[in-house]
Amino acid sequence: MRVMVCIKRVPLVGGKVVLSPDGKEVDTKFLGFGISPHEECAVEEAVRLVERNGGSSTVVTLGPQSAVEQLQFAMSLGIDEAILIDSGDEEWGPMSTAAALASAVSEKVAEGAAPDLLLLGNEAPDSGDYQVGIRVATALGWPCVTGVKELDVSDGTAVARREHGSEMEMFSVSLPAVVTVKEGLNLPRYPSLPGRLRAKGKKIDQMKAERMAEGLTTLQLRLPAEDGRETELLGTGVDAVPRLIEVLRETGVLAR
Amino acid sequence: MILCIVEHDNGRLEDQSAEALTMARGMAGAAGVPLHAVIFGPGGDAVAAAIGEYGVSVLHLADSDALASYAPVAWARGVIAVVEAAPAEAVVASGTDRGNEVMATVGALAGLPMVANCIDVQPGDPYRLSRLRWAGSVVEDAELDSDGPRLFSVAPGSVVPAKADSAVTVETQPVPLSLSDADLAVRVLEHMVPEHDGASLVDSRVVVGGGRGVGSAEGFAVLDELAGLLGGAVGVSRAVTSLGWRPHRDQIGQTGVRIAPDLYIACGISGAIQHMVGCKSARRILAINSDADAPIMSKADYAVAGDLHVVLPALVDELRRITA
Amino acid sequence: MSEVPSRADVVIVGAGIVGNSLAYHLARLGKTRILLIDKGPLPNPGGSTGHASNFIFPVEHSKMMTRFTQDAVDQYKALGVFTQSGGIEVARTEERLQEFKRRAVSAKAWGEEAYHLSPAEVKGYVPYINEDVIIGGIYFPAVGVVDSLRAGTLMREEAQRMGALSVLGGTEIAGIDVEGGRVTAVRTDGGDRIEAEMVAICCGVWSPKVARMAGATIPLYPTVHQMISVGPIARFADTAGEIEFPIVRDMDTGMYERQHGGDMEVGSYAHRPIVIAPEDIPSIEEAVLSPTELPFTQEDFDPQMRDALELMPEILGDERAGVRHAINGLISLTPDGLPAIGETPEVRGLWSVAASWIKEAPSIARTAAEWMVAGVTDIDVHEADIARFYPHQRTVSHVRARAEEGFNKTYAIVHPLEQFESVRSVRRSPMYSREEALGAEFFETVGWERPQWYGSNAPLLEEYAGRVSSRPAEWDARWWSPIIDAEHLAMRDRVGIVDLSSFAVFDVRGPGALSYIQHLALAQMDVGVGRVVYTPLLDVAGGFKADLTIMRMASDEFRVVTGGGLGMVDKKWFVDHLPGDGSVTLFDATSAWCTIGVWGPRARDLVGKLTDADISAQAFKYGTCKWIELGDIPVLASRISYVGELGWELYVPMDEGAHAWDLLFEAGQPLGAVPVGMGVYATTARIEKGYRAYGNELTPEYDPVEAGLHRRVVKKEDFVGKRAHLVQRSLPPAAILCTLSVDTSVSKGGVPRFPLGKEVIVTPDGDPISDRKGRPSYVTSAGFAPSVGQYLVMSYLPPELAVKDMRLAVECMGERYPVTVVVAGNGAVFDPENERMRA
Repeated sequence: MRVMVCIKRVPLVGGKVVLSPDGKEVDTKFLGFGISPHEECAVEEAVRLVERNGGSSTVVTLGPQSAVEQLQFAMSLGIDEAILIDSGDEEWGPMSTAAALASAVSEKVAEGAAPDLLLLGNEAPDSGDYQVGIRVATALGWPCVTGVKELDVSDGTAVARREHGSEMEMFSVSLPAVVTVKEGLNLPRYPSLPGRLRAKGKKIDQMKAERMAEGLTTLQLRLPAEDGRETELLGTGVDAVPRLIEVLRETGVLAR
Repeated sequence: MILCIVEHDNGRLEDQSAEALTMARGMAGAAGVPLHAVIFGPGGDAVAAAIGEYGVSVLHLADSDALASYAPVAWARGVIAVVEAAPAEAVVASGTDRGNEVMATVGALAGLPMVANCIDVQPGDPYRLSRLRWAGSVVEDAELDSDGPRLFSVAPGSVVPAKADSAVTVETQPVPLSLSDADLAVRVLEHMVPEHDGASLVDSRVVVGGGRGVGSAEGFAVLDELAGLLGGAVGVSRAVTSLGWRPHRDQIGQTGVRIAPDLYIACGISGAIQHMVGCKSARRILAINSDADAPIMSKADYAVAGDLHVVLPALVDELRRITA
Repeated sequence: MSEVPSRADVVIVGAGIVGNSLAYHLARLGKTRILLIDKGPLPNPGGSTGHASNFIFPVEHSKMMTRFTQDAVDQYKALGVFTQSGGIEVARTEERLQEFKRRAVSAKAWGEEAYHLSPAEVKGYVPYINEDVIIGGIYFPAVGVVDSLRAGTLMREEAQRMGALSVLGGTEIAGIDVEGGRVTAVRTDGGDRIEAEMVAICCGVWSPKVARMAGATIPLYPTVHQMISVGPIARFADTAGEIEFPIVRDMDTGMYERQHGGDMEVGSYAHRPIVIAPEDIPSIEEAVLSPTELPFTQEDFDPQMRDALELMPEILGDERAGVRHAINGLISLTPDGLPAIGETPEVRGLWSVAASWIKEAPSIARTAAEWMVAGVTDIDVHEADIARFYPHQRTVSHVRARAEEGFNKTYAIVHPLEQFESVRSVRRSPMYSREEALGAEFFETVGWERPQWYGSNAPLLEEYAGRVSSRPAEWDARWWSPIIDAEHLAMRDRVGIVDLSSFAVFDVRGPGALSYIQHLALAQMDVGVGRVVYTPLLDVAGGFKADLTIMRMASDEFRVVTGGGLGMVDKKWFVDHLPGDGSVTLFDATSAWCTIGVWGPRARDLVGKLTDADISAQAFKYGTCKWIELGDIPVLASRISYVGELGWELYVPMDEGAHAWDLLFEAGQPLGAVPVGMGVYATTARIEKGYRAYGNELTPEYDPVEAGLHRRVVKKEDFVGKRAHLVQRSLPPAAILCTLSVDTSVSKGGVPRFPLGKEVIVTPDGDPISDRKGRPSYVTSAGFAPSVGQYLVMSYLPPELAVKDMRLAVECMGERYPVTVVVAGNGAVFDPENERMRA
């Protein structure tokens, strides 16, 4: 089977977010780049599906040339080939992104190498649009399941499960299909040294796409007000236990 | 009109739909237009009274048997059918998996932009809005131009649900909807209660959290014990799931579960922003850390400086004594 | 969460391994009100301690660094945080194998064990190594790993237990108050002001930023060192502790592989230099991991991965082992790669304890504490004295360039005379263009470009054929030329002209000048106007602080002339001792005067051609100075010599220096005058005259009695170190400085080899020698003595061995060569009666 996985190069935010002086973007001076935890699971799933079923895997990204780093990362984990759709340095909206990704899939279809499954992360950590996978699926006329945390693929069918409240709900769709996944789907591997060096040597196909106007115009970014909590030090070590019990009572966790 | 997609659980209004209704009512008021709602699935009419309290004047009900189980494309077709029949300025959904999914599908089918994670929307020409990005660490202020209805989803927890000053009588209208097989190709076929037991993190009134400071998978025994005594659940930081000490379903944070208990007891957790995103809705946070200056100690309501493997056993003993 | 005190004896900024350890040592030395502040959380506030690889190889060529490391290891062991693992350096090149021989000699000199290993023996210790890519190794059994965070915590807690220390975490320094050039208080971001007598900056990579708050500079630059952690390693699955296998340093690829529990940590000093301005280090809040653990830049590490994979394919080639952690870790590098310790020259009471690696940190802290409390240190710290940097060496651009250049030298084979390539030609004497035209080979010292030898003197090689030395081994001949020997002989036969513009010159004036100078100098300074006195300066423990010459210019005026290398250290010493009543002023005249040395049997003829002054032996005695007219320039002529010849140092206004050089050069042609470089001045000429050099023979660890520089009588006036000096004189010396000749130095391979300095002196059987204070005997200076045709070395020896004709040996590049004591104590193999100088 052929599995295609879409990833996005994003700054890896961990501490306090710093904005650029013009407030239009996140300042990445102190930041490294990577892909989101959801996408790490998508890549891992693609690798496992091909390991299990045979076939090939392709990673595709819409991004700047520097996104080669993320494509190589995916290939170091075992993805076979990579496509970079050059977005220049502009941030593309979800409609343009979806159109570009769909055209990359269509190109594969035209080449006679149609993917059976297209995997994406449920949402990008930076933009949080929750829609690229659905738009790609709609453009391709494929079914789409989102938010997936368990996935079984066999005999031309994908059985996908996701959380809904305290339950899991199950979908079953025919391939080809789009599935967007969440962290927890699997425990992704780390890149091995041989994997990394193999990835270094692999060629990356370059594609072009057109960006379209999408209606949403960013005016500015800003940091939300912090929710300030006053900290009361209950004590040190076991000396804090009596006061801890009181707190359990005050918060209603322990009956008075 | 402003249309709000309302979700319900067997006739009970979902909490996040109340958030969406509250925002949508504000928008309708600002725009001077009525507030409508659309509801899918059997039993939807049961929430008519409840949504009336939120100011909904017209309920568009799609309760055919075909919609007995959730099907995102069918729902989206239903929304499109409503707005084609009764032109809408905007459509608002809650920021649930389903809300985002349906709204995104509407956008995809209709070729319209869809804006997720909104915390504030001001009608006008153009619409102005604020939305959360970066898991809530950044707010984006933006303008939206759209040829058709503006599509929004509401960031969970960003709106305090509030009923209208006076309840409105709800007029119910059926949604004129004809669905193809393709529209139902993706639908929920089965519901399952997960195999794992233990209290649900999301619903627990008290959550005991453990981080890298717990030291090992075995180290969680004392956390499990405390959670058991308090009738709560155990959650963990991403470091712990990455280390393989606990399953991902226990993970609290940006890419894990978001909790809102009365008390969150964070043990050996440093307090990275990805984790704090998941627990910031806790009413009270209690941090136990051997490092008195760990970031979480200043983000908590209560702090205990000490080794969790010393403090927790003592606390457990005391609880046993009290409850014996 | 502690109470903020309103005052403290010492405020320590930075709670990494250095700051914690400093708190402990200050408490141990009796300080009772110490405050430790860090902006970050404890125990890991986010500095370089938190991401250190924490392993320790104890051996370096530098005695100071080795002593720091040995002391640090002792401290770590006492704290129970040291795990001995052994360590192996592997060679992929023949040059590296030679370097291992040199390292083994250094190990022996400083009292460490080292064993050469074959590739098969390396594999015996490290079964997962690919022995096909290495050609040998050197094993250091003493290597181990430490828990530096734990060590810091234990030391901090001990100081707290002693009641001497309060600690403020999560508190950032917002300002440092300075009044009258002295630190008075620190201000915190919380708005508190803490009065302090001393402030110690132990802020690692942030140190420059914090020092700047007080108007001081700490010349270090944050530099990236890349590390990855690969795991799980199947072979390490059953490892109980942190480490079971020896740490491997793959020297020729600039990398190390160190087991860390179930993972293998791979670090590199081979990637391109990546430097980050202190201002560009993220705050604790902004940092993803920690401020000093920056995002990994994979591209830079790819070649290193290939090298690591090649060396350890069994474990690093395992597809199931992944890169679980990867960082660009920040470390602190100074322009010369050594630490920056001591009171800052800009602000009294403001101390720098920075640019330390984990491996020496507790010792650097101990040393700083001793210095702060007692004014003297157990370990000679002059090479690490923060005062050593000249103003231009403190500029951001200089520090950055040298940090970048120095980074890749971390594991490189660095020749003792190796020259930096960056930021050159900063300080040029007025004669520079003439020297350049003469084909000078320039060596740099504290920014000065100094001719080491002159290409124009190559024809002298023929003239002195048979008397100049040859060095067939490439290592020995690197940064060297036989022209040095030829220049030497021409100077001894005729006359040499030496550019000495790098001298630091301080003019001391005022009614209190005499008593001030008397207070600092060992020698009697109440001498007639026009006398020139060579004198050591001692520290309070009686060790050497400096050695220099002082001219009495007037009853209330002295001119101090010292070597450029430590000019700023000496200046700080003088400035620090200036009386507070304003009765003495010190003016740094270094940039006003250049110095030209004219020495040799025809020096009087040469200078006489250019002056009408009476410069006869009777009229211008040795050890005096006079203003004379040299052609149309008034110059200060000082009749002394560090080369042991008749002649003068001519102090010429900087702007007239080139003209003076031209006059001398032109007048010198008929006399056969030659330009002479520092190769002669600093090595060949002085060694055959037995002249000691500061930093080589003269250090705080040795005293004037041992060095043979004590006077017959001790002056009655008090001076710094006098009490200690009187004690030294009352006891038999623990060691005596000797000159030894290398009898034969032909290696087993038939190639003559030469010690270049720091080699270990041993008994003829190869046993190390140490003196009565336990100090090892090693080569303090080495060089050819062309006048006598012998290769000489100097070394302190225990008195029973410091006997003329005593036969010993020197170990050099793994082989032992016989040496013989030719001068025990102060004396010269050439012109021992100093007849030439007094001619």
